[in-house]
Order: sequence, then structure tokens, then C-alpha cells
Amino acid sequence: MQKTGAQIVIECLLEQKVDTIFGFPGGSILNIYDALYHNRDKIRHIITAHEQGAAHAADGYARATGRTGVVIATSGPGATNLVTGIATAYMDSSPIVAITCNVTLALLGRDSFQEVDIAGITMPITKHNYIVKDVNAIAGVIREAFAIARSGRPGPVLVDITKDITAAVADYTPAKQFPEFPMPHVSEKAVAKALEMLGESKRPLIYAGGGIVSSGASEELICFASKLHSPVACSLLGLGGFPADDPLFTGMIGMHGTVASARAANECDLLIAIGTRFSDRVAGNRKKFAQKAKILHIDIDAAEIDKNVLSHHHIIGDAKQILSALIRGMPEYRHDEWLAQIDEWKQKHPLPSGKGGAGEVHPSYVLEQLYRLTGGDAIITTDVGQHQMWTAQYWKFQKPRTFITSGGLGTMGFGLGASIGAKVGCPDKKVVCISGDGSFHMNMGELTTAVMHDIPVVDIIMDNRVLGMVRQWQRLFYNKRFSCTTLDRKTDYVKLAEAFGATGFRIAKKSDVVPVLEKALACSGPVVVDCVISPDENVLPMIPPGASIDEIIHEICE
Amino acid sequence: MQDKHVLSVFVVNHPGVLSRVSGLFSRRGFNINSLSVGETEDPEFSRITIVVEGDNYALEQITRQLAKLFDVKRVTQFKPDASVCRELLLIKVKSAPEHRSLIIEAANIFRAKTVDLGADSIIIELTGESSKIDAFIDLMRPYGILEIARTGLTALERGSKSIKNHNIDG
Repeated sequence: MQKTGAQIVIECLLEQKVDTIFGFPGGSILNIYDALYHNRDKIRHIITAHEQGAAHAADGYARATGRTGVVIATSGPGATNLVTGIATAYMDSSPIVAITCNVTLALLGRDSFQEVDIAGITMPITKHNYIVKDVNAIAGVIREAFAIARSGRPGPVLVDITKDITAAVADYTPAKQFPEFPMPHVSEKAVAKALEMLGESKRPLIYAGGGIVSSGASEELICFASKLHSPVACSLLGLGGFPADDPLFTGMIGMHGTVASARAANECDLLIAIGTRFSDRVAGNRKKFAQKAKILHIDIDAAEIDKNVLSHHHIIGDAKQILSALIRGMPEYRHDEWLAQIDEWKQKHPLPSGKGGAGEVHPSYVLEQLYRLTGGDAIITTDVGQHQMWTAQYWKFQKPRTFITSGGLGTMGFGLGASIGAKVGCPDKKVVCISGDGSFHMNMGELTTAVMHDIPVVDIIMDNRVLGMVRQWQRLFYNKRFSCTTLDRKTDYVKLAEAFGATGFRIAKKSDVVPVLEKALACSGPVVVDCVISPDENVLPMIPPGASIDEIIHEICE
Repeated sequence: MQDKHVLSVFVVNHPGVLSRVSGLFSRRGFNINSLSVGETEDPEFSRITIVVEGDNYALEQITRQLAKLFDVKRVTQFKPDASVCRELLLIKVKSAPEHRSLIIEAANIFRAKTVDLGADSIIIELTGESSKIDAFIDLMRPYGILEIARTGLTALERGSKSIKNHNIDG
């Protein structure tokens, strides 16, 4: 069957059962948009305000659904605008395929209009990327790109195609077989040794990361933790991978994790790290992290073993498979004394509930009420900063793929785009973006995307008129020299929402919280809630960067 | 300990592979001592021979990171006693008439070849292990070295096995 390169691109997307893509058109990608026009009944295209928003939406879609997200953009600035989104997906191992078109082959390498070497630019932030200069190669490359994006440790793949190739004609044969990259084989010997380590431990701690979520290993983790009778701490991206109301859960671990998680890591004799990478935001001082423990590292990416923290033993492979093998091979353990100790820490060091005045709104109260009103049944996305940490701390994530946040890259402006992607992928779910006023301003243009495509997301802005997290660091480490973090912007978020065609509400005092949230959740279209909070709230506890639990900060004096 | 290690990296012969590999080194903060690349017996693949300086941690990390690249098919750490390592040197030396025979004599002792002879300069080609190359360069220094071109190390393992039947981190 003779088809143009652009038609082949669309056919290959359909082969992958892609029904939604995010993007923004432009000169070089016109042929693909033309082919899309002819297939608009099969593929829904969500045009965003900015390509970055489209990349975040594809990422949010992927994280919410587990399917590969697709984003398309034109050459030059279209492509470079994707970069932050691709890097965000890369750092958090989210499977997206980005398709960009470049100038024609004849113009390539001549600094032509809107030409940029996007393959070169994205080399360090993609699992793999391509520049396609032959129409006959398109189908194979796109099939391979999808296989790479979702295989092993997932991640973004970029395919750059020159414009002339999208117009050229080639023979297209629907795929009978797709390239596949099988999971690494799990070594029985490695499992046996791990089982021995489990048997020797008196004080185990499971430290679970995003790998639990991407592997779909939550059920196995619950079973493993219960059989091992072990407490479970989650990294930021691991949240939702283990139910927060399970008595074995110690909360998030890391810079703003719970005291119980930090103490448990410090006192355990076996740390079982699963699908996680000992990021500096978790380990702090690498040399002091879990120093009394043997470390058993389970990960699908061999390069993560011993990268940040040296392990005593490791198993490489899919978390779900490995946990199943461990569950099969282990007896039921009891660690009552250790768990009693953990419970004591949990009770002694609950999360702070804010010090503000009687009428003042503490973010924890907003989150608690939102949780109550939604029954916890919502997908929560965030931007980056204090509001993100409060959400991670106070929201009781019960299920995987319900928390979508930029962990590794810490991308302010991620949340709104991600919530749009999540809502498009999971239309039956309530999707709420918890944002900050600093982050919201970065990509607030995507409000127009939500309105235009009738994507009813709720965006709650924790509005403290400052860059709260940076300010917190300035308060702690820069002797309160609040350099460029006091914004005091005059934005009226209610009017802004209305100007975009969305609905806006304001929470100014504590008694507004419940009625406003009720109204916001009942809206059938996109909503912005301006939630006015104190500029002086801190995220606590806090282990300073590069420090150990000995230096944990419980309180900050004004 | 900052030891030198030889990594033989078997890669798909695509444009851009070299920048993927070398870019990985710079962004992960690992040092390349030398790098040489060329097609293998199978034109679809190239072999990149990299001399890396670093401790065991660096060696393991860079091996695993390389192995993650989609275009990298095999990474092998060569052990010095089980592999043959060679480098090619081209060196242009000033050759005043009274020095010419001394230079050629030294070249002969090193089993180097004189490949170009000018009125007042001489180009010598030498293959060998890096230490031999270094020694020869030192020997030429007093005569006045005009230019040097070194290829960097290339290597093969001794015996009949080939890189294709190695494990990725073997």
C-alpha cells in the first residue's frame, strides 16, 4: 500500500492503539497535521497553548493510564519547547514518544528557518532518539520507538523526521509483529541469596519507589510487606504504590518525609530498596544513609545498582516478577518489636498541622477536606515546591497512578498540563492539580487548553504570594535574605479563570474551605481555586540537603 | 586509585553513535583517556575502544551506563594480560643532516618505519603499546618534535572468542 511518510506516521500511531495525541502545529509538521485531519475521527488531537504543556500532558496521560503518551511538535522552537517536558519524563521514567518534524533534508545543517538539532539536544534526556531521513525507515523507527519507550525502565523517545520525508511516498505494510524488548531474566541465585537476607533480618524496611508503580507491582508489594511483616516507606514517586492507610506504611521517605521513615531507615538492619534510585532527596548524606543496614537493591535498571548508595546484594529485573518470586520462596515472618518501635515513632512525630491563627488556612486542612470530599478517589497532580511536598505528606494515596508529580527534575509548571493529560486519559476520574502561585504562573496558559477541549480539571493554587520553598531555604540557609522570592503579584485568579472561560473561586479563610471545594468539585468545567495561605508556612520536617537524620529540622523559628 | 582501563564497546554503525558514547562520558563526569573507532568484520557494527581513567566504581558505572544506550550492543572490559593493545603514532621530527642517521637508527631499534623524508624533517610511523610509544617520543624530543598524531588505543582479546559472545557487563 503506497502512503506518504505523514500517513505512515499516523498508521503507525494507530497500530499502537493511540487515540489521543497532544501537540502544536507548525511549518515543518504540516504534512502530519494534514494526515491527522483525514484521521480526526480516529485520533483526538489536543492542541495546547505551548508545546511544553503538550509534553507535560503526554507525560501526565502516560503516568495516569500506564500507556505511552504521544506529543508532536514542529521544528525549531516547537521542538525546543518540548525539552523541559521530555527531561521531566526522563527523570521520572515516564514513557512518552515525541515526534517532531525538521526542515527538509536539503535545508538541514544550513541553519535554515526554524531548524534545530533536536536529536542532538535531547540525546541526554531520552532513552533513545532518531532522526529519520528515509521514508522507508519511518514505520520501523516508530514501532521501535514505542517498544523502547515502554520496555524495561520506561522513558521518553524522540523521533525527528525531515519534512520532505513526510511528503515522500513509500510502501506501507501493516505490522504483523512489533519489536519487543523482553524483561531481563531474574536470576534464581540472586533471589535465593535475597531470601537468605530476609531470613537474617530482625528489623527490615522496604523502601519503595516509582518502579512499583510502573511495574504494576502494588499487589505484590502489599503481599510481600505483610509476609515479611516489614514497614514500608515510599519515595515521592513511590506514593500510591503502597496504600497509605496500611498500618505498615511509615509515610514518605526523604528530605520532607516522615520522622518514622527517617528513623526506620537509620535503625533498620536490612533495607530493601525496590524500583528506586537512592536520589539525593532521599538519601541525603549517602555515607550515613541506612548505615546500620545491609542493602538489598531490586531494580530493572542495572545502572542504578551501586550508583548512589552501595548495595550488599541486588536483583536486576521487573519488580512484579521479583516480588512474586520472593513471596513464593519466603515463610511468614513476625517483627512485632520492630513494628512497635515504628509505631512509637509514628505517634511521637506526627506531621505538623500548622501554627497559623484560628481563621488562617493551613494547606494540610485544605488537603484533608479535599480528601474527605472526594473520598480520596481522585488523581492528584502537582507543580513543584511547598504545595507539592504538603500534598505528598498529607494526601493519603491508596492506589498507584493517583499521584502525578515531577520528582526528579522538579519542574515548576508541570501540574496543569499533566492534569489535562491525566483527565483525558482517565475521563471518569476526578483530577485535581495542586499548584502554587509561582508554578501556576509558569504555564497558566494551559487553562485555555482545558477550556477549549472541555477538560474539567480542578486547579487549586496554594497562594502565598511568594516562592515558598526557595524562601524556606533562604530563611534557613541565607539568614532570611529573601532575594527575589517575594512576588506579591497582583493577579486576580478568579478573574483570570473567568477571562479564560473557566470558573474561579477564592478561599480566603478557613470557613471558606469546605463550601468552596464542594462548589469546585461540582463544576462541570475547568475550575481554578485561589487558596490564600500564609507566606510564612514551612514544609516540615526537613532534613537539609546532604545531611543525615541527626540534623533533622522539626521547627523553624521566625 | 585512578587506574587505566580498556573498554571495548560494540556499537551499531549509525551516525551519531559516537556522540552518544562520548557525550555519556562527559555528562556523567568520567574521563576518556583515549578513544578510537572503526568498522568491524560486520559493516553494520563498529568497535569503539576507550581507555578510561578511574576507580572501580567509575568503571562499573560507566560500563552499565554504556550498556543502557540502545545503540550499544556489548561492552567488555579488557584485562591487560588477556588482550592485545596497540596504538599508532605518526611523528614528524626535525632532522638536521648530522642527526638523520641517529634518528633512523633509533626508529629501527623500535621497529618503527620511516615513511617520509624531507630536506630537514622526517616522519616516522610506530605501532605498539602506549608505553613503547611514549618511550619513543621521549627519545625523539632532543632532536625537535615538529608534530605528533596518535590514534589512541585499539585492542582485541586474545584467543578465539569474540566480543559478540560476551555478556554485556562481562
